[in-house]
Amino acid sequence: MEHTPSQTIGPFFHLSLTVDQAAGCLAGPETKGERIRLACKVLDGDALPVDDAMIELWQADAGGRYDHPEDPRRGAHDSAFRGFGRLATNAEGACIFESVKPGRVPASDGALQAPHINVGLFARGLLKRAVTRIYFSGNPANQSDPVLALVPENRRDTLMARPDAGDAARWSFDIHLCGERETVFFDL
Amino acid sequence: MADPTYRRPDPGSQPDYLYEPYTSTIRRAPRQPLVVIPQTLSERTGPLFGHDTTTEASSDLTRQHAGEPLGERIIVTGRVLDDRGRPVPHTLVEIWQANAAGRYFHKKDDHRAPLDPNFSGGGRALTDSNGCYRFVTIKPGAYPWQNHENAWRPAHIHFSLFGPAFVTRLVTQMYFPGDPLFDFDPIFQSIRDPRARERLIARFDLGTTQPEWALGFRFDIVLRGRDATPFED
Repeated sequence: MEHTPSQTIGPFFHLSLTVDQAAGCLAGPETKGERIRLACKVLDGDALPVDDAMIELWQADAGGRYDHPEDPRRGAHDSAFRGFGRLATNAEGACIFESVKPGRVPASDGALQAPHINVGLFARGLLKRAVTRIYFSGNPANQSDPVLALVPENRRDTLMARPDAGDAARWSFDIHLCGERETVFFDL
Repeated sequence: MADPTYRRPDPGSQPDYLYEPYTSTIRRAPRQPLVVIPQTLSERTGPLFGHDTTTEASSDLTRQHAGEPLGERIIVTGRVLDDRGRPVPHTLVEIWQANAAGRYFHKKDDHRAPLDPNFSGGGRALTDSNGCYRFVTIKPGAYPWQNHENAWRPAHIHFSLFGPAFVTRLVTQMYFPGDPLFDFDPIFQSIRDPRARERLIARFDLGTTQPEWALGFRFDIVLRGRDATPFED
């Protein structure tokens, strides 16, 4: 059977999809792992904020496990962690997620991927989802990550979240939809 | 043995990011080639939702307020399938739409058409074990937008679907048969293959229609499915 085509999310999705403000919080007091506060920002080709985007995150727990039948280690998943989060961007094009640093997830060949968060981005003017990943700048595992290895070297830094100078738990990640600093987007 | 992977969409069945007649794409469409990556555990897993996400009122948009909304009551139902025709069970379907006058319950909608105090326009449902979903709602009105001179969107309902994995996520729009605005709508026309566009148009169904109550429309949605490994076939 043939796939149903994608259409833009448009400017009015908030009334249904992002009513729940708690959806930005993936980790509660019981969640295991290193806390992070991840400030995401979406910018258009003129580097102006995109104030009507929706960001969805999907990530493994601190042990690198997903709460999903496909993950053979599912039983050991941290039940106090929700791997899914989504928020609408505000007038500054920004939104803030509370989570934990994800653990390393196996790649197909059994090697380990570097810690990363899967990102799905929707907005008025995006006719289909844009997919990227957030990696953590400075993590030594980035050097051997099989997905990063597929990205042209001079564009890899577009996938790096940066730590705040004063607070190692605070990270920021900018998504440039197009323009000189266009973020790397994936075809899955 | 390679892990089974989800099939890629057929070329032409999906819009490109850039479609200049839809002017918002010009400053927002990615221009660089996408980087093809393997479907690792990160892509083959995804959020799953349980029955705590929905209530009876969440799938009946005519019963979310004290009174009944104005407009033409309709039933919208169908199946969520994968590309091999297998049902996608227990997956979350979320919708949102304008009211019968073509106005969204949203602070940024400034169309001079009345809001309906009995209609918010948001709904959610889980598919059953056969992949079936069902909403009761009001037929949305067409509404003007600023894309070009005298631009009007055909009546539509927005749909959001997850499916079993991060790769199967889909956001789309459902249209109504025979809408005179199809030819003038760059969002609908952004899908270049006319046969693919047809798949976004619901079908009027007398069997779904309830006498003395509501017209019925059927809209099936096909998500990416898994290729079988050689060992499975």
